[in-house]
Amino acid sequence: MAKIVAGVATSHVPAIGAALDLGKSGEPYWQPVFAGYDFSKKWIADLKPDVIFLVYNDHASAFSLDIIPTFAIGCAAEFPIADEGWGPRPVPPVIGHPELAWHIAQSTILDEFDMTIVNKMEVDHGLTVPLSLMYGQPTAWPVPVIPLAVNVVQYPPPTGHRCYMLGKAIRRAVESFDRPLRVAIFGTGGMSHQLQGPRAGLINKTFDTAFLDAFVADPAKLAQMPHLEYVREAGSEGIELVMWLIMRGALDDVVNEVHRFYHVPASNTAVGHLILENRV
Amino acid sequence: MVNPFDDIPGTTLFDAQRSRQGYHLNMFCMSLMKAENRESFRADESAYLGAWSLTAEQTEAILMRDWNRMLELGGNIYYTSKLGATDGLSFQQLAAKMTGSTQQGYADMMLAGGRSIEGNRSKSELPHG
Repeated sequence: MAKIVAGVATSHVPAIGAALDLGKSGEPYWQPVFAGYDFSKKWIADLKPDVIFLVYNDHASAFSLDIIPTFAIGCAAEFPIADEGWGPRPVPPVIGHPELAWHIAQSTILDEFDMTIVNKMEVDHGLTVPLSLMYGQPTAWPVPVIPLAVNVVQYPPPTGHRCYMLGKAIRRAVESFDRPLRVAIFGTGGMSHQLQGPRAGLINKTFDTAFLDAFVADPAKLAQMPHLEYVREAGSEGIELVMWLIMRGALDDVVNEVHRFYHVPASNTAVGHLILENRV
Repeated sequence: MVNPFDDIPGTTLFDAQRSRQGYHLNMFCMSLMKAENRESFRADESAYLGAWSLTAEQTEAILMRDWNRMLELGGNIYYTSKLGATDGLSFQQLAAKMTGSTQQGYADMMLAGGRSIEGNRSKSELPHG
């Protein structure tokens, strides 16, 4: 049987991808950001997961206002890199895992989560920046990836509780897959940031720290946080943090915090990063 | 009914009403994902906008690059940022414009830890209400 072996949470700031792609990762502004992932690169090279299930949001790249799926699972064999207005990032195409993706789609739908199945989808910085942070700049990604795109652009996004429960359903789906695959699950986005309007540039370190603590220790309670509190305290784009709860729901209630990193700023955003493992 | 999100200062929630109001504005921005459309837009902005069922106010906000007004008229930042990219502006450069700050002033604020939440949670905290 397949199993979920670890969870990774990370911000997916587009400027981080641009810094890497333009060879600026060693500059004083960016060096501390990438240094926060030095441990993570070694950790995942040792872990060698067979598949990554990557929760992110599309930023009006694959989806527009024409179709707005709340939970869209990528079941394709390959996902091209989106052109977000500056040309596609110079990273390898993302290879999918259609067999496991379809299994998870079927299992979660029968588990009463109404997933949208996507067979053709370009992926943007929301998905590729986390891969770059964890794997650097390989000529091919060393692992297949199942994308789960969550709507957090059009209000309302799914509730934190719904995301947390979906994580549990994803775990049940993975554990009912009849091959011994080791799956790592990523929850991405956040932390506090606001990109729009006169309040742009908002950062709330106190909120972020409390979120990180509760995310590790008491996720069921954290999952009750209403959208209003995310937007007020973490900024209009900080609401992306609900996606982390999908990852957290797929892990045990009690976990080991293997690594934590927090840094301000990356462009407009507070960077947060956690690695969690189930206690075996 | 009072919308509690309206109490958050300097923030526009992209809800159902704004999405309906801004559909054409945002889909115009979406069209700028294609290089050939960016070229057509640059060649004659008014003519290009004429094909998009925009209101006169929306058209003016786009032509004037009034980024906050676009949000008030139903624009969403992930869409209007595509117009920004067409102009060669990054998210941080757009943010500086929307906050009325200089590029350097905004970048310095972020380096110093960002805009504080204190005094920015509720309109009731603002000095002029």
